[in-house]
Amino acid sequence: MATTQAHAPVSTIRASFQRFHSPTKTQLVHFASNPFIFAKFGKTSFSYKPSKIKPLTTPRATPSSSSPTTFHGQCYVLGDNIDTDQIIPAEHLTLVPSKPDEYKKLGSFAFSGLPSSQYPIPFIEPGTDSTKYSIIIGGANFGCGSSREHAPVALGAAGVRTVVAESYARIFFRNSVATGEVYPLELELEGVNKQCSTGDVVTIDLEKNMLINHTKGKEFVLKPIGDAGPVIDAGGIFAYARKTGMISSVT
Amino acid sequence: MASFVISHHSAIFSAKKGSGVKCPFNPSIRLYKGRTNALYKTLAVMAPAQPTRAPSTTGSVKHGMTMTEKIFAKASDRATLEPGENIWVNVDVLMTHDVCGPGTFGIFKREFGQNAKVWDREKVVIIPDHYLFTKDERANRNVDILREFCAEQNIKYFYDIKDLSNFRANPDYKGVCHIALAQEGHCRPGEVLLGTDSHTCNAGAFGQFATGIGNTDAGFVLGTGKALLKVPPTLRFVLDGEMPPYLLAKDLILHIIGEITVSGATYKSMEFVGSTVDSLNMEERMTLCNMVIEAGGKNGVVPPDETTFKYLEDKTTVKYEPLYSDANARFIADYKFDVSSLEPVVAKPHSPDNRALARECRDVKIDRVYIGSCTGGKTEDFMAAARVFLSSGKKVKVPTFLVPATQKVWMDLYSLPVPGSGGKTCSQIFEEAGCDTPASPNCGACLGGPQDTYARMNEPMVCVSTTNRNFPGRMGHKEGQIYLASPYTAAASALTGFVTDPREFLA
Repeated sequence: MATTQAHAPVSTIRASFQRFHSPTKTQLVHFASNPFIFAKFGKTSFSYKPSKIKPLTTPRATPSSSSPTTFHGQCYVLGDNIDTDQIIPAEHLTLVPSKPDEYKKLGSFAFSGLPSSQYPIPFIEPGTDSTKYSIIIGGANFGCGSSREHAPVALGAAGVRTVVAESYARIFFRNSVATGEVYPLELELEGVNKQCSTGDVVTIDLEKNMLINHTKGKEFVLKPIGDAGPVIDAGGIFAYARKTGMISSVT
Repeated sequence: MASFVISHHSAIFSAKKGSGVKCPFNPSIRLYKGRTNALYKTLAVMAPAQPTRAPSTTGSVKHGMTMTEKIFAKASDRATLEPGENIWVNVDVLMTHDVCGPGTFGIFKREFGQNAKVWDREKVVIIPDHYLFTKDERANRNVDILREFCAEQNIKYFYDIKDLSNFRANPDYKGVCHIALAQEGHCRPGEVLLGTDSHTCNAGAFGQFATGIGNTDAGFVLGTGKALLKVPPTLRFVLDGEMPPYLLAKDLILHIIGEITVSGATYKSMEFVGSTVDSLNMEERMTLCNMVIEAGGKNGVVPPDETTFKYLEDKTTVKYEPLYSDANARFIADYKFDVSSLEPVVAKPHSPDNRALARECRDVKIDRVYIGSCTGGKTEDFMAAARVFLSSGKKVKVPTFLVPATQKVWMDLYSLPVPGSGGKTCSQIFEEAGCDTPASPNCGACLGGPQDTYARMNEPMVCVSTTNRNFPGRMGHKEGQIYLASPYTAAASALTGFVTDPREFLA
């Protein structure tokens, strides 16, 4: 699973609170973006400097060297309601994610459930076991369906670093945060996936909350990851809980 | 005014200075401040009531709470709480199965230590049910992993299966987890039940909070007995009117999902009330709550009543406390349905919200029918299908697969007389209609599974199914087309070879 992160910083709770007090935000946004109150796990105030984002697996498109608060790579674009059966078909669920070799194998089957008529470009090149697309761009209700944690795990194992979607189904979002496998980011506006194409080179700037599509020459606003960020940075809920002294370390 | 002190220390959580509970979404002036040395020790500080503020925002007036909110409050030792708050709840039952159990145990051991013990050996229920009757070695190995863990941890409830060639040779084996939980008395009003399966919401039929979680969350619960959950707001669905003789709970929930879409209930609770709901038996109520997840719902609830208590009488001696929504509870939306005016519906490929009237799909030729799963493989579901076959007296025109959810259901098929049949059992009626012999109870082809799973869709074909999802590839083949339907509709369709409204056979 996740490798240990060095001094992953934590978010400014005050800033995120202000954002989410906005009455224009839909309840779905609130819930989708903030499944946890991470102040519980840590200090009551701190500043957000995600300067040490490291890939959880190797090797694939790495965070941009010019700024560690960004992700850079090719994107894979999907529509609405991508359910977890399409992310990782049920026949592969005999693979146990906590076993390292089976974790890797899960990655090789990521998105193998997508119908090729709708998605002619394979997510993983035949004969390989990881993807060149480190950023997923999706529509509404990403990750709906089954609660299988194998879904964000398969994506992370395949080399995905972040998913950028209009909205998420709650269990997938929660699993992404708990495992630390992928950053689940949300878009401000709908229809972004219609303006991007698989293979576009994109940058995600977490400080500016922007998704920049270099190939299309367009920029899109992201919602700040908020409270979920520190947990993902730390490598998941256990790592975070341990880092902040919430549970004692394994002896 | 008063302040609430929530002092709930858990031994394994070490003291942490400055830790606290924050709730960014609470628009009221109630503040929750963290105190030192106790993770869960919080003070709710309420400002004095001010005349210019609406009563509900001061906190000084006790507002009504929904059933789900009350269950959260009870499980977290809180007097009141608001939707949107993230709180630690005590978990009454944690369930896992052969697909997610091994991963969950792996995480538990990695995080709490190889010699760690689960928080309560009587509150963990381990139910192999997904990939059992297969030659897939990893699948078989995963059941062995469950067994090893249960032996090591002395888990009280492990519904083991060793002889895969004959399910009846396994006295402990039950079958599909959600139905087994109900039949074995693990579902009780007012409690919190978490399971590593999205259809854990099925148990909401008993008036409890039940939802699905992933391996990591489950690993956390295994070690601590707690989960960090956000209190969901509640959507209320009022179903009134006499249930027509051609409708089943499956039609009701498909109708609702079609109405609010697959994300209509995301992060929300769905509460089902009304005279129709009151008239449903427990299995029908389970069908209703089972598919809450298909609307994105966090959980579903039905208020417990005599039907609930009677069902539980012979199944559990654990004391439970039913909780009910207050009359002035706040629901974020109210949906009202006149059930007497509804018609049988299906969910067309490829989404559970792709609703259509069954009679409008009469021209859709089908290749097979599947009756099974936690959603549509219970005794009542098979009884319903049997009624249609009995009424017709004819044989099915397409292969019709029957997969009882549990051993108990299987036995009911072979022993219970179907009303109006002159003493015939379901199994006899199914045999006369030319259906496949009822198969070994398990999740089966509902989710495809290993390639050799019975009734798996290995080629593109059209199937009418009593299961819960029809996304691409759900039952196996990516180009397969699945029409979700009630057992009535499924049986009627089997008889004609087309998607068929059951009124063609039921008076």
